[in-house]
Amino acid sequence: MARLHEYQGKQLLADAGIKTPKHVVIRKPSELDAAIAEVGLPAVIKAQAWTTGRASIGAIAFADTAEEAREAVNHMLGLEVKGFPVTEVLFEEKLAIEREFYLGIIIDDANKCPRMIFSSVGGTGIEEIAREHPGKVAHALIDFRWGLRDFEARNAIRKTGVGGKLQVKLAGAAVKLYKVARKSEARSAEINPLVLLESGEIAAADCRVTVDDYAVFRHPELGIEIAREYGHPPTALDKIAYDVEKNDYRGTFYFIEMARGYKKGDKYLGFHGAGGGGSMMSMDALTKRGYMIANFCDTSGNPPASKVYRAAKIILAQPEIDGYFGSGSGVASQEQFHSARGLVKAFRELNLSVPAVIRLGGNMEDEAVRILTEYTKDLAAPVEGYKKDDSADFCAERMQKLLADFTAPAEKLRPRPKPAVNKPYTFKTITGSVTYDHDLCRTCESKVCIETCVPQILKLEDGLPVLAISEEEAAKGKCSECLACEIECAVSGAGGGYVDLPIAGYDEYVKENG
Amino acid sequence: MSILIDKTKRVLVQGITGREGMARARLMKGYGTDVVAGCTPGKGGQTVLNVPVYDTVEEAVDNTGQIDISTIFVPAPLVKNAALEALYAGIKLLVIVPDRVPIYDVLEIAAVAKETGGEFIGPNTLGLLSPGKAVLGMIGGSAASAKDWFKVGRCGVTSRSGGITSSIAYYLSRAGVGLSSIVHVGGDSVVGMPHPEVIKKYQADPETDAVVMFGEIGGSQEETVADLMEAGEITKPLIAYIGGRGAKSGTRFSHAGAIIEGGRGTYEGKVERLTAAGAHIVENFGDIPQVTKEVMATL
Repeated sequence: MARLHEYQGKQLLADAGIKTPKHVVIRKPSELDAAIAEVGLPAVIKAQAWTTGRASIGAIAFADTAEEAREAVNHMLGLEVKGFPVTEVLFEEKLAIEREFYLGIIIDDANKCPRMIFSSVGGTGIEEIAREHPGKVAHALIDFRWGLRDFEARNAIRKTGVGGKLQVKLAGAAVKLYKVARKSEARSAEINPLVLLESGEIAAADCRVTVDDYAVFRHPELGIEIAREYGHPPTALDKIAYDVEKNDYRGTFYFIEMARGYKKGDKYLGFHGAGGGGSMMSMDALTKRGYMIANFCDTSGNPPASKVYRAAKIILAQPEIDGYFGSGSGVASQEQFHSARGLVKAFRELNLSVPAVIRLGGNMEDEAVRILTEYTKDLAAPVEGYKKDDSADFCAERMQKLLADFTAPAEKLRPRPKPAVNKPYTFKTITGSVTYDHDLCRTCESKVCIETCVPQILKLEDGLPVLAISEEEAAKGKCSECLACEIECAVSGAGGGYVDLPIAGYDEYVKENG
Repeated sequence: MSILIDKTKRVLVQGITGREGMARARLMKGYGTDVVAGCTPGKGGQTVLNVPVYDTVEEAVDNTGQIDISTIFVPAPLVKNAALEALYAGIKLLVIVPDRVPIYDVLEIAAVAKETGGEFIGPNTLGLLSPGKAVLGMIGGSAASAKDWFKVGRCGVTSRSGGITSSIAYYLSRAGVGLSSIVHVGGDSVVGMPHPEVIKKYQADPETDAVVMFGEIGGSQEETVADLMEAGEITKPLIAYIGGRGAKSGTRFSHAGAIIEGGRGTYEGKVERLTAAGAHIVENFGDIPQVTKEVMATL
């Protein structure tokens, strides 16, 4: 889920008419004086970090004097939460609170509708309160067609024993919170605590909104960089991967770095799964043998070979991994030779220097394993391919064996440069371009590219491969980037075909990170 | 018999002129599904794989007669519109294959389905298949592999993971346990027909003797199944595997989730509830066929 920071959520509440404390976001200690001048003292100071229990690590503080405020801000801007530095601190007015409540809107999976939850007691430990005092908590299922209506909110709040004007004000806040949730397509929007001020007003003292990842594309106003829940702010490699995913709708590609700071020999493996359930089982098979997962990656839902290629390259941009393990459900419906070609292209280009075990079970698995193993024979590191009758456990055992027997090349292997082309024939594809060196093609006897092209968009003209469709059609997706024109050509042709599939920011990243 | 799909059901393919729609229409027809029409707005009048294409679902119904099921293969942002179109045209079962459908769109589809008396499987589903009869969606990938992998029999399969749906079904078939139907309920948190609803259909199917369920951590589908078993609404033997045991307890991103689930959603919780309700819990994935065989042998 794409989480919003507290101050972002509060802005949405304020826009919807829910009172929030006066505040300033501080990014440098020097900004404190201006913040004090605007908000005043006493103040509440809160590090903006995606974690619970902020109070226990000094990430929330109260300041009565400028000195106390300075100390707190300096402390928080130097904090690391889960290995990532705090870069924003919320400086806000201290509210005169009389009573605390909890108010939340969440998607109720079982009932397939939004649900309002209200508790007449708020603050930390709301889950326990709900368990121990069910009478203090009330729910309302929300009909998607009308949204939360005032009387529905009042009827729910009534059940917790809150009546009169207070009930009316709280219901007003609930209706507004639902509007915020609906408008920003939140999976959950919570105010904990929602407070009654001494002045008699209702205000949001905290706010937590998580937006539906799948809806982020239609909410540019929320400024969400990556539509996905990470336990940490996204790393540079996470961002590179997300860019690939965002710009190619075909199939799923999911990548997240799970560890940093490890070294060769620490038993960290690059992981490349296909499908959630199978990936989980495959990772279990590795961890059972004492390996650690450097990253989680999933290419499934029938992705083109080009997407699998980019995923593999991104996995291999983690220089300290000891091995590469690919395994999904084992019986995939997608045609597995696409994945095989994508992997082969990445392994060859980067001169794979760690052992790889790939389970390619499923549709067209014989062809897939043949491509994977035959076309990687000349690499310095061993590559093994397995099929649907080989379990994830067995593959993990093979990985262990290969790692035990493997001696890394003495010298660091350089990636292969792009081929030099004498007589180029080029056309654009949906995310890159295909180039033939017609000088080489002239010497080719097999013309294997013509028959192996999956979408069948090539023809021979004067004995040379050219597009049989318009360049426009190819660029719009008729060329499915199956990579046959490069991989099959490298093995059975003259090596004249090359598919260029750039990854924005990749080369710079690799240069900086070894 | 089987559940939800067989040779007699008349099927529409929405998005039949696209890359996925066309490939899956080929699979469905090749396997034996009665694909009677396709629909792509703006592309009416064409034929794809000898299937007539119409501009609207209503037009498809007007021209080809009653349609029982629509399979949807349009880009995620367009799914809601396609699904509502099919429901309002009177189609009673939708199979929503695409991934990444926004959740509020799914809620709206659910609200309209309730209104029209329709049901839907997915989103983010590989589909479902009744061996030897018909397939909806993309299970098997090609007709040849689907025919090769899945054998006819009396065990039902329901799964929350797409890939695992095929692998369980394949491993069961290989071990000699034939299948009545196999269903991937969909990978998202809100799905139209979760495990409990699918298993109720297996319960009502005279040719299903036992059910294999692949559950996962998170949500409360598996606990609801246990509730139904205890209430006597599900009495056929259930063999269950829960995935995600080794996963770190899921990131708890909101208090509200914890309040609603109230302890539901964990691996231990699910196993405990299902065991208490009398399900056969399998701990090693590879043991599923053997355990299923043993359970079915006692019937």
